[in-house]
Amino acid sequence: MAGPTPVSALIHAATMVTAGVYLITRSNFIFDAAPTAQLLVVIVGAITLMFGALIGTAKDDIKKALAASTMSQIGYMILGAGLGPVGYAFAIMHLLTHGFFKAGMFLGAGSVMHGMNDEVNMRKYGALRKFMPITFVTFGLGYLAILGVPPFAGFYSKDMIIETAFNSGGIKGIILGSVTLLGAGITAFYMTRVMVLTFTGTSRWDEEAHPHESPWLMWLPMAILALGSVTSGYLLSRGDALVNWLSPLFEDHGEHKELLSPMIVSTLALTMVAIGVAFAFIKYSLNEFDAEAPSDVSIFTKIARQDLMQDRFNEAVFMRPGQALTEVLVKTDEAVIDGAVRGVGRAALGSGASLRRIQSGFVRSYAMLILIGAVALVAAIWVVTQ
Amino acid sequence: MMWLTLLMVLPLAGSLIVAALPKENAKLTKQVALATTLIVMGVTIAMAVGFERDNVELQFVEKYAWIPSFGINYALGIDGLALVLILMSTILAPVVVLAGWNEAHGGRWSVKTFYILILVLETMIIGVFAATDVFLFYVIFEAMLIPVYFLIGGYGTGDRSAAAVKFLIYSLFGGLLMLASIIALYVMSGAQGGHTFDLAALSKLEMSSTTQNFLFLGFFIAFAIKAPLWPLHTWLPDAAQSATPGTSVLLLGILDKVGTFGMIRYCLSLFPEASKTFTPVILVLAVISIIYGAILAIGQRDLKRLIAFTSISHFGFITMGIFAMTSQSQSGATLYMFNHGFSTAALFLVGGWMISRRGSSTIADFGGLQRVTPVMAWMFFLAGMSSLALPGLSSFVSEFLVLVGTFTRYPVHAIIATFGIVLAALYILIPVQKALHGPTTPGNENLSDLNLREKVAIAPVIAVIVLLGFYPSPLLKVINPAASHVIAQFGFSDPVPSMNSGDK
Repeated sequence: MAGPTPVSALIHAATMVTAGVYLITRSNFIFDAAPTAQLLVVIVGAITLMFGALIGTAKDDIKKALAASTMSQIGYMILGAGLGPVGYAFAIMHLLTHGFFKAGMFLGAGSVMHGMNDEVNMRKYGALRKFMPITFVTFGLGYLAILGVPPFAGFYSKDMIIETAFNSGGIKGIILGSVTLLGAGITAFYMTRVMVLTFTGTSRWDEEAHPHESPWLMWLPMAILALGSVTSGYLLSRGDALVNWLSPLFEDHGEHKELLSPMIVSTLALTMVAIGVAFAFIKYSLNEFDAEAPSDVSIFTKIARQDLMQDRFNEAVFMRPGQALTEVLVKTDEAVIDGAVRGVGRAALGSGASLRRIQSGFVRSYAMLILIGAVALVAAIWVVTQ
Repeated sequence: MMWLTLLMVLPLAGSLIVAALPKENAKLTKQVALATTLIVMGVTIAMAVGFERDNVELQFVEKYAWIPSFGINYALGIDGLALVLILMSTILAPVVVLAGWNEAHGGRWSVKTFYILILVLETMIIGVFAATDVFLFYVIFEAMLIPVYFLIGGYGTGDRSAAAVKFLIYSLFGGLLMLASIIALYVMSGAQGGHTFDLAALSKLEMSSTTQNFLFLGFFIAFAIKAPLWPLHTWLPDAAQSATPGTSVLLLGILDKVGTFGMIRYCLSLFPEASKTFTPVILVLAVISIIYGAILAIGQRDLKRLIAFTSISHFGFITMGIFAMTSQSQSGATLYMFNHGFSTAALFLVGGWMISRRGSSTIADFGGLQRVTPVMAWMFFLAGMSSLALPGLSSFVSEFLVLVGTFTRYPVHAIIATFGIVLAALYILIPVQKALHGPTTPGNENLSDLNLREKVAIAPVIAVIVLLGFYPSPLLKVINPAASHVIAQFGFSDPVPSMNSGDK
């Protein structure tokens, strides 16, 4: 999140983070042959989509909220890709539609920051709709797309993943379907929160802020991406365009059971979205809202603000034990392995020093040693020849 | 034409010319040394052009009786493996001379002596890779220690005498074990049709498996010390810390390859049965070296020691590739030897320039070099990326071949070794972050960037790293036949990939 917004837009929408989704679908023949690995992919996808969505609800930094949203949406794609041949095409379709609306929203966030002296805290935005109408409209179209409101792009791709999840069969299908449905609701909540805090309500700006619309060079790309946010879903799914285009790549395993019809899935999803929007609207639009983040919040909010403790977990489980291991090994190498080598060296020196004393230069002691040696030799010969 | 003898005579002649020059004229000394190494490089490349790639027999063979009463010959010849290593050595030699233009000035002896030692060492390096008479090999193997001992002890920094002695005793110990094995081979050859030291003849000897195991160990321990394999590695960090950067390149980049070269050329061909017997143990040691070297590299505070430990990890990969006994892992190991020479050279040379400018080799003393000395910082970054085997740079190709080749026969070893790649990212990115990025730490504000001589010296190294990263096939075409020949010689064939479709 340290990069400038166009870089974020590029990374989140097109390159980098979605590479994993592409990799899984590209190597579909491997995953098709490994059901356990596929199950793992699905589980990781489900966890990722919930984690991202929950973190998104607690972020005040507009870029971080969008980043958490990306994590959640990639969870959808991974989950779709893990469902096998029926899901690959929808994972890729969501990757494409997400590319439009997420890149558009990141550029929109950049435009807002540009007008607000690089302020990223949404608590210090508000009422920007009047001052940045173009940014508001393009961002808003992306918002409708990510929510999955028909006929915007996300409706086609996300609903297909939810539907495929429900229809993947058995308990697994019901659990996965419920997770994706719940995720859709939470997505609606945190995205509405972003919209409300940024564009509507009363202004909570810093004194020196003078919000203004960005120049055409900045809003033109946003407008183009907004066009994609509106149309790409319809264009890709019209006559199963993308599915047919990709079908030579994937090995289809014949008939699929249908647990829920597309109509029911869409209704359920839209209901969840409506609930999420309503919650966010009541909480952030109808109630007072502070420009300072409250600190007397529940433990859940605190944990969500810290990215669900993921960094803490990595630190505690990988980083600190790794550092400890490194330190121990460095000391062991010094003390034990090199110590053994130095010990051999010292032993050689020591034995040399003590043997040197035998070379005293006294003829009588030499004669004595010769005598002892001769006796020992005779004794040895006698023992051997017995 | 006696190509190999010519290659050995040229640096020796250069050293004689240097010896005849007046002591006061250090510049002329360096110029003669540079010219000599460049000529040697040119002749090597000319020779390599005439090398028949698909011929697995020894080429450019020369053989003259040396001490006939003992059956000792001056016998030379090279296959693809030896050719690649000689190429690497003779390309790196002028780079080292040019890069370390001023490093001899702080020495105990004169600049002249420094270059005599370097040139004599180059002669020996070529000889040790080209020798096909075991006695000749042994003599050069041991004689090489002398110039290196003086290069570390006379021109190094810090505790240089102790490091030089430690290096010498470690190597001599291994050499003596090898000598015992060589004498035993010689005695046995007398009982089986005439005393000889000829490698080809000795590899046909009949011996019991116990004898073979003991003799194998004599050779292997000598090579495992040279190529530092855990736990025989502790001389390397000390030597690398004390030696000048140029000497470190010669030592880690080239001389240590004699160890891995010896494992293929001598251990495998003289004792095929014992090699198979000890393979499980050696593979475990190799995997330990990979992980252990990487973890210790992460824990180092001294830049030179850090680079030394990365090499221990890399030699683990090479050894694993050699003993995994598939044609891919063999090719990968040989290519790795070549690539490691260049990536380590880049790291040591650029690291050495950083250290000589800053006057300290402690990583914490650097910081923000990217802003102060951008070219130097970029070169260090590239060298580091090559060391961690970034795709697109040469080391990636060899590391990947080793891992893939090993996986087909020893999947568990390969999987554990793969963690070495993750650790490699840590041990390279930590010094990159600490030394190159962040705010410029006090004392670094006025460091000068690379001068023209240094840029000229590092350019060919970087060029080789990038070119072979994208197009390794010219080298692999020389290596592959030799590697397949090694595998075939010992009755190995590559495992056929199988897919477990039983529980589907």
